[in-house]
Amino acid sequence: MNERYQLNKELAQMLKGGVIMDVTNAEQAKIAQEAGACAVMALERIPADIRAAGGVSRMSDPKLVKEIQAAVTIPVMAKVRIGHFVEAQILEALEIDYIDESEVLSPADNIYHIDKTKFDVPFVCGAKNLGEALRRISEGAAMIRTKGEPGTGDVVQAVTHMRLIQGEIRNVQSLREDELFNKAKELSVPHDLLKYVHEFGKLPVVNFAAGGVATPADAALMMQLGAEGVFVGSGIFKSGDPAKRAAAIVKAVTNFNDPKVLAKVSENLGEAMVGINEQEIDLLMAERGK
Amino acid sequence: MRIGVLALQGAFIEHQKMLEKLGVDAFTIRNLKELNQEMDGIILPGGESTVMYKLLKDLNMEKILKEKITRGLPTMGTCAGLLLLAKNIHNYDTSFLQTMDITAKKNAYGKQLGSFRTLGKFNNQENIPFVFIRAPYIENCGKDVKVLAEVDGKIVAVRENNQLATAFHPELTNDLTIHKYFLDMIKK
Repeated sequence: MNERYQLNKELAQMLKGGVIMDVTNAEQAKIAQEAGACAVMALERIPADIRAAGGVSRMSDPKLVKEIQAAVTIPVMAKVRIGHFVEAQILEALEIDYIDESEVLSPADNIYHIDKTKFDVPFVCGAKNLGEALRRISEGAAMIRTKGEPGTGDVVQAVTHMRLIQGEIRNVQSLREDELFNKAKELSVPHDLLKYVHEFGKLPVVNFAAGGVATPADAALMMQLGAEGVFVGSGIFKSGDPAKRAAAIVKAVTNFNDPKVLAKVSENLGEAMVGINEQEIDLLMAERGK
Repeated sequence: MRIGVLALQGAFIEHQKMLEKLGVDAFTIRNLKELNQEMDGIILPGGESTVMYKLLKDLNMEKILKEKITRGLPTMGTCAGLLLLAKNIHNYDTSFLQTMDITAKKNAYGKQLGSFRTLGKFNNQENIPFVFIRAPYIENCGKDVKVLAEVDGKIVAVRENNQLATAFHPELTNDLTIHKYFLDMIKK
């Protein structure tokens, strides 16, 4: 296997058990780091505001990315539009630690994702089922996250996607080896990746939860469902007391199996982000990029 | 033998698997109660040092852990674990447990594009794989610290009495040399 790809998968291993937080400026990045974020996602607008603003949303201004890189010592990630390999080239030139080829931004290509094998920096991509996850990995993604439904504060889609992926993995495990060829055809995924899933009962890369996580309980729910860590987007800086909520979610992810700790950290966090549910929104971001 | 692996954040499962391969009973430590269990050694894994230290403090584990290490509990720190142990971190405004007489440089090889894999000699033995992920290195060490490995003139593995620290990740390879060395430290 390509050495750079291996190192990139290994960086994701170091992020496990952690919380990656969306931030829109250097000050928020510092708050996130102090609250215990294991990485930050630099973007101009958090998903809830992208939803509210409408229009086309794009990669962040490199100046903003650089300011955030200068403000923290933890890894800095940033988003590019699906298929927009030039935005990815720009972020690579900024020496970003991870690129999120994200359905949160407006897609730049309705058919093709970025050929991520052509880059030295790692990519994380969203997936709502096993087929999408393995297709993104075959394109070079070094980390996967559920799509969920970003900017809603509604965890239901992240739960659906995580349960679906885990369920499909169990199904693949139960197949005979000679049935994997047809399954690979059905899912439109490479046979070798499916064989890995069959043998090890997991994706060949780290798998985080994302899209709608708003409370410590949401984060712990995703961990108990098999996530290896959590992205929190709008949930933190759209809430009443971001620093406190961020620190509480970090503790909830570490102690996801300990209801006493969860009860303690859930206490008196101020107002959670105002959620909207999927029936109230016109745009399902999870339907972008299959 | 029973070894605890600090499991607040990061690549702790990888260390558990290495210990299992060596036939050692390994358990995870996520809270004060688990930290207070009987153990023959503890591993501080790779991950983000700022996250682990914040959680050590918030979960009231920092003081006890520091006490255990100072009193002689065999301790192995890899990457972020090394930073947790270092007395000084030259390019960062605070340091953490400060139990090991070394000055470390955080993110010494730069961002993820600076991560690399190489072969190196540990304790003058034959070459083994070293994996560096946004790694630190050691700039200075005190007189009681023994240098165990260098890469390109930079110190990347050290021992001070009961503490062993590596800037690289032995748990990301199939090579058991470093973990075996740690077990030998415990046995002696």
